[in-house]
Amino acid sequence: MTDATIAITILWVFLFIYSLLGSVDFGAGFWSMLFGRDSNDKDARAAVVANNFLSPSWKVTNTFLVLFVVALVGFFPGATYSLASLLLVPVCLVLVLLTIRSAFMVYAYSVSKYGRTLRIISGITGLLIPGLLVGVLAVTLGGFVEELPDGGLALDYGALLKSPTLYAHLAFGYATELFFSALFLADYAQEAHDASTYRVYRRLAVIFGPLNLLTALLVTWSMPVEASWLVENLKHEMLWFLLSIAAFAVGYVFLFVKRADGSIGRTRITVICVAIQYAIASFAYGRAHLPYILYPYVTLESGITNPAMFRSLLIGYTVSTILLIPVFILFWKLFLKDKRYLKQE
Amino acid sequence: MVDIDVDAVTMARALFGTSMAFHIIFATLGVGLPLMIVCAEIMYWRRKDRDYAILARRWTKALGILLGVAIPSGTIVGVMLALLWPGFMEIVGQVIALPFQIEMWAFFFEALFMAIYIYAADRLSNGLRLLSVFFVMVGASASAVLITDAQAWMNTPTGFKLINGQITDVDPWAAFFNPSFFTSAQHVLTTGYMTGAFFVVTSAAYYLLKRNQQARVIAYHRKGLMLGIVIGLLMSLLTAINGHETAQALHRNNPEKLAAAEALFETTTHAPLLIGGIVDADTQTVKYGIELPGFLSFLAGNSFDTEVKGLNEIPREDWPPLFVHTLFNLMVGIGFGLLALAMFAVFWHFRYRKTGRQFPRWAVYIFSLTGPLSLLGIEIGWIFSCSARQPWTIYHVQRTSEAALKSDSMGTLFILFVSVYVLLLILTSLVMRFYFKRHPVSSELPEHKEATL
Repeated sequence: MTDATIAITILWVFLFIYSLLGSVDFGAGFWSMLFGRDSNDKDARAAVVANNFLSPSWKVTNTFLVLFVVALVGFFPGATYSLASLLLVPVCLVLVLLTIRSAFMVYAYSVSKYGRTLRIISGITGLLIPGLLVGVLAVTLGGFVEELPDGGLALDYGALLKSPTLYAHLAFGYATELFFSALFLADYAQEAHDASTYRVYRRLAVIFGPLNLLTALLVTWSMPVEASWLVENLKHEMLWFLLSIAAFAVGYVFLFVKRADGSIGRTRITVICVAIQYAIASFAYGRAHLPYILYPYVTLESGITNPAMFRSLLIGYTVSTILLIPVFILFWKLFLKDKRYLKQE
Repeated sequence: MVDIDVDAVTMARALFGTSMAFHIIFATLGVGLPLMIVCAEIMYWRRKDRDYAILARRWTKALGILLGVAIPSGTIVGVMLALLWPGFMEIVGQVIALPFQIEMWAFFFEALFMAIYIYAADRLSNGLRLLSVFFVMVGASASAVLITDAQAWMNTPTGFKLINGQITDVDPWAAFFNPSFFTSAQHVLTTGYMTGAFFVVTSAAYYLLKRNQQARVIAYHRKGLMLGIVIGLLMSLLTAINGHETAQALHRNNPEKLAAAEALFETTTHAPLLIGGIVDADTQTVKYGIELPGFLSFLAGNSFDTEVKGLNEIPREDWPPLFVHTLFNLMVGIGFGLLALAMFAVFWHFRYRKTGRQFPRWAVYIFSLTGPLSLLGIEIGWIFSCSARQPWTIYHVQRTSEAALKSDSMGTLFILFVSVYVLLLILTSLVMRFYFKRHPVSSELPEHKEATL
């Protein structure tokens, strides 16, 4: 494997982790807003469970987003200029939403009197983010780029906003967010032995699962003519995509399997299957996207850093991962396993 | 076309500078407060005095609110670096990517242990709780040091060769341990800790100024005040010593920065130290300043015979803006002012310890200003450091105009972000006020509970 292939694989791992964690994070914020309307409501526990997960984890999830950006610029400094020219405005919008979302979420914890209003703002701004992040992928397809007379690049907003593929990407982002967060929280509620909350989130997962698959298909159908290079490549990965759909199908079936205690759904298996589904699909998509980071301006080879820096970064990521794993395990035990935490009000 | 470019670069600087200035408020407290929490936890452990546990708990609550803004604003500046300064980041990715990468590790460390300290405190043993808040401090401090390393490298870029505009012979660790690394790292840490300590002083003084309080409540705030004063004294002393080293490093590595800071035009030995005054670049004169003859030479090289480079040695278009002299004076003035104040407070405390005489009211008024003053010193220091490096983004390697993205959207984005920052500053203050009004310390103090039984 070349340096560039290893680097893009590491980036892909980070992106994959963040796409799942981010979906759960922003989705949980939205569900906690939706179910937190009235503390006497029968579904109010669903908000508590979402918050129990969100409170300790949102900072960690946010760090994965920064990690992805830092790793991208560190491994592929040659891609920075073109990506920045195109993504300045969309990414700044995400940053504003993200800031308002996190700040208002923390405000809501501290000021119970206005908690409801603050939570609505934080829930809605958070809900909007994943779609926009997935929308960034649409920009890298080519076709929405204006070449300026001075040799620079700019985003052609007219073409982008008129393009159905943008909306397919947005829909896919939102469907993933709502599906995976509901599924994850169902499993989290199961872990907490909270049967009523479990039923609430399982039902949502059952609804959003097929919608999510549908939006994924919409993305592939709506590819613009400029992305024909990608469509060609995607055809070569067909086997992987079929496997990915199969993983989804198996996982979805397990939402209806009866457990020993009489409740319906083996959500832990579904979570694992859906994670595999995303791993396979995003890997195949990523492979089809190569060698381009930004079609046709930036390739892996034109973006990659020098060998000396690459080696240092590789050592750095290895050492830091080894050092952090025990801390992540401790975190997992305290907030995702410990019944004393899971059952608190 | 050229004019548009200049405007785009200026707007990029304005947008990034404002974002940094906003982030620095929260990030500095995010570095300083964990140290104070660790100190309070240690005092609790040593003295078994519940008041210190309550101090730690309340500061942790404040820190939790501040991190709600510090983390996304840090995300903003981190991502904006790549968006607004892609020319700069192209070189960063080649030469100085390591501190950014290791900083991620520090971020994770801080985020994970912060969650553990806040949300799992009741399930941890005392030792583990102390350890987790200690790791929060380590993570926060490490990320401050690492990001400052990138800034240090911009002043003293090493670890690569630039041949015909191409970067070769990259040595990532030589870039990491560039000549300014240690002085800059010390500076950012001691000033961050100092600000955290003085903010604790500010909040204690604010409550001590209220009249008709229970003796119990006064005793509690007095403990917070003295803990802040002692740490503040230590850190401002270390900052002063480090400031001296920093000045000598400027003399060696960035002579035009020192010349601009001191408004020195002609290269000379026995160079004077200029305090205050208005600098006129055209006539090369200073009005209303106080000159201490020979002291700049002494400061730069420990001898009055040291030759200090003047601005006239470099082309006029490469001069930094000369207002940096005022910024430099303000920064140093605030630093020494706080040091003197902390010395006075410690002296008073030990002088009247036996009699238990309280601080005079005017002194408590001044104490209540120390936190914001310290933060102002840091803001001014950053503006000084980055303005006095101009016109360079990377000293003698890359000009700011080459580093910036030229985009017409900068102006609109500037307005958008500034509005968000203003909104968040107001709301964060309100949330703090609201929370601590709703949860007064008197309701947490043990004696109070006994009294109501």
